[in-house]
Amino acid sequence: MRHFDKEIEHLKELLLRMGALVEDQINDSIRALLERDTAVAQRVIDSDSAVDSMELEIDQHTIELIAMMQPAAVDLRFVAAAMKITPELERIADLAVDVCERAIELNREPQLKPLIDIPRLARNAQDMVRQALDAFVRRDPVLAREVIARDDEVDLLTEQSFRELLTYMLEDSRNISRAIRLTFIGKYFERMADGATNICEMVVYLAEGKVIKHQGNESS
Amino acid sequence: MSTTTVDVAAPTPAPARLAAPGAPAKIVVRDFNFHYGEAKVLHGITLDIPRNQVTALIGPSGCGKSTFLRSINRMNDIIPGARGEGLIEVAGQDVYAPNVDVVTLRRRIGMVFQKSNPFPKSIYENIAYGMRIGGENDKRVLDEVVEKSLKRAALWTEVKDRLNGSALALSGGQQQRLCIARALAVDPEVLLMDEPASALDPIATQKIEELVYELKENYTIVIVTHNMQQAARVSDRTAFFMLGKLVEVDETRTIFMNPKEKLTEDYITGRFG
Repeated sequence: MRHFDKEIEHLKELLLRMGALVEDQINDSIRALLERDTAVAQRVIDSDSAVDSMELEIDQHTIELIAMMQPAAVDLRFVAAAMKITPELERIADLAVDVCERAIELNREPQLKPLIDIPRLARNAQDMVRQALDAFVRRDPVLAREVIARDDEVDLLTEQSFRELLTYMLEDSRNISRAIRLTFIGKYFERMADGATNICEMVVYLAEGKVIKHQGNESS
Repeated sequence: MSTTTVDVAAPTPAPARLAAPGAPAKIVVRDFNFHYGEAKVLHGITLDIPRNQVTALIGPSGCGKSTFLRSINRMNDIIPGARGEGLIEVAGQDVYAPNVDVVTLRRRIGMVFQKSNPFPKSIYENIAYGMRIGGENDKRVLDEVVEKSLKRAALWTEVKDRLNGSALALSGGQQQRLCIARALAVDPEVLLMDEPASALDPIATQKIEELVYELKENYTIVIVTHNMQQAARVSDRTAFFMLGKLVEVDETRTIFMNPKEKLTEDYITGRFG
């Protein structure tokens, strides 16, 4: 094994550790929301700094790899992918924190309605993030494209959840603040799915050297 | 040689910067000057070279990095009019002290040159030679040292079936690794490498670089290279020389990511002109 391969392997391990941390954060944010558990929500908020420091550590490592090893071809694409995946993960973790902040606010009032679409949306987003990380580890462009395809479904669920919440707002203005918070939460999960999509676009780039974002289709 | 064209601050780095964290100094250099006749080519070099690390010396041609390297095992002594002053200590011993036996010194401080220079003998004899002139004639001992040295130099699997074949029949990269094996055979503490890969193709270069990286586990290595990327890849610390002065020495990652001196930055980013 080249000394450089060990460095790449180490970078991959760091990313996976960060990914696992972020998955936990999403999972706990869903739990905090559905179980109306303020303590769990607070724990997610407090754990965010661990994700942030992983981001800094990975940044440092990728910059060092470029400076010291001058990666080329697939190695370069890997380092570039790592540099773009890391902030996506960090943002996803921030969104989990946002979910928890809204959940804490919601917990101060009675529940507006039983949650139906948002949990589905949340599980979808969580799944997509997990699969995006799997696709990255396996450098699997097929799985990456499957994840990207699921983003439309998530968008649909978000829209559906928003329309339903709108009816609550129209019905009684006292519902507005809670309905808006739930709308935000729907949006946060939708943004997590977008993050997963962005990660998957980098996985395709890593595996095939092909840029598929902003292309409309993949005719390039 | 003029030293007035570029303002290089007198190299008196603070002790904190000299200390290499976690690694005691194998080579200690204090205010070392070197002259070729009237020309002063090294000015007050002060640095510590840590044990079991790779220290790269970089700088433009004529900056004194090779002269400095060759001062460490007194290879410059053979040049008429050459003289050094100041202190170079290897493992606590002043290498310029009057009682130093230069042959013994060079045994402790091995050297590998830019152009591989195997003896026109068999692969086996190239390695065994240093032992033989040191008085070792036991075939079993020699066999063992030959095998161990070739393994350490990552050459064993390629040559083990033709140890009695001529060393000159090896490829350039293999010859260079043979020279490294030869240097290792006498069990040196320090390995000086003067552009060991500059005459090699990229694959052979990569093998040498991997080798350097592995060898530091057992040896203290000082390597002169014109290839800055190579310095970045293989070394733990980098010393930047210019016009006979040490401009900056620090961890390689610092030198290549955030050097303190503008001169260093200009050199490693190719902005000299």
